[in-house]
Amino acid sequence: MIDVDAPLPSTGATHRRGRLAALLDHDLVYSFTRSKVTVGAALVTLLIVLAAVLAPWIAPHDPFDLRQLNLLDSHLPPAWAADGDRRFLLGTDDQGRDVLSAILYGARISLSVGVLSVALAALVGIALGLIAGYAGGALDSLIMRGADVQLTFPAILIALLIDGTMRALSGEARNEDTAFWVLVLSIGLSSWVQYARTVRGSTLVEKNKDYVQAARLIGLDPTSILFRHVLPNVMGPVLVIATINFGLAIILEATLSFLGVGLPPTEPSLGTLISIGNKFLFAGEWWIAIFPGLTLAGLVLAVNLLGDWLRDALNPKLR
Amino acid sequence: MLAFLVRRALQALLVMLVVALIAFTLFRFVGDPINQMVGLETTQAERAQLREALGLNDPVIVQFVRFAWHALQLDFGVSYQFKQPVVTLIGERFPATIELAFVSAVVALLLGIPMGVYTALHRRSWISTALLTVSLLGISLPVFLTGILLIFVFSVTLGVLPSFGRGEVVHLGFWTTGLLTASGLRAIILPAITLGLFQLTLVMRLVRSEMLEVLRTDYIKFARARGLTDRAVNFGHALKNTLVPVVTIVGLQLGSVIAFAIITETVFQWPGMGLLFLIAVQSADIPVMAAYLLLVAAIFVTINLIVDLFYALIDPRIRVDARTA
Repeated sequence: MIDVDAPLPSTGATHRRGRLAALLDHDLVYSFTRSKVTVGAALVTLLIVLAAVLAPWIAPHDPFDLRQLNLLDSHLPPAWAADGDRRFLLGTDDQGRDVLSAILYGARISLSVGVLSVALAALVGIALGLIAGYAGGALDSLIMRGADVQLTFPAILIALLIDGTMRALSGEARNEDTAFWVLVLSIGLSSWVQYARTVRGSTLVEKNKDYVQAARLIGLDPTSILFRHVLPNVMGPVLVIATINFGLAIILEATLSFLGVGLPPTEPSLGTLISIGNKFLFAGEWWIAIFPGLTLAGLVLAVNLLGDWLRDALNPKLR
Repeated sequence: MLAFLVRRALQALLVMLVVALIAFTLFRFVGDPINQMVGLETTQAERAQLREALGLNDPVIVQFVRFAWHALQLDFGVSYQFKQPVVTLIGERFPATIELAFVSAVVALLLGIPMGVYTALHRRSWISTALLTVSLLGISLPVFLTGILLIFVFSVTLGVLPSFGRGEVVHLGFWTTGLLTASGLRAIILPAITLGLFQLTLVMRLVRSEMLEVLRTDYIKFARARGLTDRAVNFGHALKNTLVPVVTIVGLQLGSVIAFAIITETVFQWPGMGLLFLIAVQSADIPVMAAYLLLVAAIFVTINLIVDLFYALIDPRIRVDARTA
């Protein structure tokens, strides 16, 4: 157990030792370095994120460049298998794409969808939570009852429903460019409730504090009170929810892509790759599905572990 | 108690009304229902006639009431894609999904409770550590990946279990069951494990933490002091008191299980409602989507209501809270 009630270093000491030292002295850093599992999870996450960001430079092949693809190279097993090819470390898929490169580029897309949809959910949730908490009354009831109804259904169902509706609305005009944004919208709008509930709760507490009363007294308009003064004070729990939901968003993206309503095979995310590989599983070509699957599982596990740690570290009461 | 009951029922009704409104909006305003029903050769006059016949020119509120009234009589219109009444389509697939959800819940309880008890009683043993680590993996693995891995191991590599379909089914009136034939039983194993794994980890962790709480209480110490056997203390006294929250959570989860079945049914091509809904989403078949939404909402709301009542019956404190709140 870590003593979280220990006094933080005084501001005078902070100035003398510089910001970096103060940062390293923080409880968060302490609890981080104490847990080997958390450090390991952070390393795995960092590795996958770096590999995804640097994919255009480090990937051995470009899976989007049709000139590099050769159907003669398709269905090759990993390099260490008897008839593997040394050019393709983890084998190739049905179009002759290098599985390793496809995973790197796929992780890039999965992570982008994850980050953007979590940002969208947080944005919608925080805004609605602030409004509900600050305004109260009928507006509050309306927003929170809506949240209750949405919470009755699992996120996957909501996301599928939004996706189906967008599909019906856009008709034939739907193409590969919009698929990415439809996915972000579906996942984002399916998971705003948790943010709204938490932010509303904190706002209810904050709005009766003196600094908000003072801000009101000097005649600031509600928008600037909410976003400049209340918002920074309710952000702590939001960070925890965002981390945990990031893992969920990645799973949701992979699931939707696997179900065939997410990203198309020409722009494969990890879920799409697994979906492609699933078709060749019965032919014994396990590497097309299993390697992206392991990457996905590893990424989600690492992010979940980080989320758990952050929750415990920021909220000592839960320990 | 009666006030509590009435308020819960009213809440449930409100949820159903909102969901019906959403389903109606989908049905009426997303895409033009007429365009979906008729061919390209239909003339404008015929379209207008059909529009009038279907009552699409009436005030929106009248249309909504009519939609809700028909929905109450299980009339959800005709599927755009299959050209069959939606209620027939869902009726055919309903038993498959319910059977799958039920079997997976049973698997989760039968395995999850003993595993939870074991990990609580033997906290330091390596088996407990292994079980807890594996359960963390179980939470992090997406459902479809679990299914694929199981297919890969048991169907492709070992070739012992079927990877798709329901096997042979027996018709019992309007219900079809695969639980009475050998091939049906073999076919349900992998999908049920896939669907049940998440619940299994949930039940195990819940039983474990509840047991740890209960084992610390005075009445357990007293039971031990009385010289009761470990078996009587652990199972007769401790486990019994952990079961109420477990039953509640499993009950509440049954709703999400039906929704999660969408994924499992797709992986295993299980002919249930989830697969039907997914096909509807892929082809923008709005009547099927609307009906599925209403049906799932009705199941959720009913389960929540039953769990609430059950809880209030067992735990007197809730009744008191309900009166004062």
